[in-house]
Amino acid sequence: MYRCSRARQSRLKAVSIGHQHVTATAEVDSGESMGDAIKPVLIVIPAWNESQNIEPVVAETFAALPGTHILVVDDGSTDDTAERARAAGALVLSLPVNLGVGGAMRAGFKFARQFGYASVVQVDGDGQHDPAFVSELVTRLDEFDIVIGARFAGKGDYVVGGPRKWAMTLLSLVLSAVCKTKLTDTTSGFKAMGPRAVELFARRYPAEYLGDTIEALMIARNEGLTVTQIPVVMRERANGDPSQSFAKSAVYLSRAAMALIIGLTRR
Amino acid sequence: MFDNAIYILSVGTSLLVLFVIIHMLRSERFKERHAVIWLFAGISSLVLSLFPSILIGLADLLGFAVPANLLFFVSLILLFLTALQASTELTKLEDNARVLAEKIALLEYQVKALDKTKNDDVS
Repeated sequence: MYRCSRARQSRLKAVSIGHQHVTATAEVDSGESMGDAIKPVLIVIPAWNESQNIEPVVAETFAALPGTHILVVDDGSTDDTAERARAAGALVLSLPVNLGVGGAMRAGFKFARQFGYASVVQVDGDGQHDPAFVSELVTRLDEFDIVIGARFAGKGDYVVGGPRKWAMTLLSLVLSAVCKTKLTDTTSGFKAMGPRAVELFARRYPAEYLGDTIEALMIARNEGLTVTQIPVVMRERANGDPSQSFAKSAVYLSRAAMALIIGLTRR
Repeated sequence: MFDNAIYILSVGTSLLVLFVIIHMLRSERFKERHAVIWLFAGISSLVLSLFPSILIGLADLLGFAVPANLLFFVSLILLFLTALQASTELTKLEDNARVLAEKIALLEYQVKALDKTKNDDVS
């Protein structure tokens, strides 16, 4: 886990108008005060209008991972998501326009690169991801570039039915073959990404629907990055469960198919 | 002979169009959502070029006097949808550009204020 001494904590100097020069920088030790350099990890929480959920999510993440740095990327929210995130103690990046999950995450990757974080873990702002799994995700980063926290891998009873389920199963089979590793949850946003992945995704990370999951995997594969997954349990979304109509599943599948085919031909 | 020439021409053109679209998709010249209509057009034209009887049959079924009219009709609809897509995307970009311009102006104001404060403190 994270054994961060006081000295090794990131020093965040807040902007304060009326005092001297201080600017907002997060200076992170590269481990000089520690024996073996534990590379700093940044938890990135993309959030769009998650006023109700963001404080509990941030609080739970801090509770599960004391001492880690959490960046909430406010994706052009029209509510007070950013303020609440700040109140909960997270670093906050506020995008002036809504870019989608992929857009918010790429901003997060750029932040990570700029301020010296080695790895990034994506945790969704709606509370579906359980931060208890983060340390296990990060541990596997020693051997792999990307570690996905996957449903349908033996843990939990997340249930999805009908056409959506068939679509996801088919997708998983194809993607597993393509990435040469068993993948059961191709649209999971719960991922840990190591230095090579962060470097790549800071430059290229799709913002379109399913682009940040399926396409991102294809991009990573084409650059020779390694992927693996661990089984996780995800929770239902806090407010409202969108019903999956056949039409929506059709859109999902065709969009995913296109992403796959184009990604394959880009090899 | 005439039939064969037209056949080869239409199949050849359809294939060429498809290759161009797929190439541009691969090199990320445009995003997938822009290519949906073009891909549909390219694939349909390939299928119809390979099996012209489908066009003729469909035209008869729908009551078109001349099969070519069906082609024109569908092409016009596809072009209309493409133009529609372009208009909405443009509008969204305009809105975003305005928000960004405002944000930059406000940030610049803050930076100047900070600069001024810093200079005041120093002196």
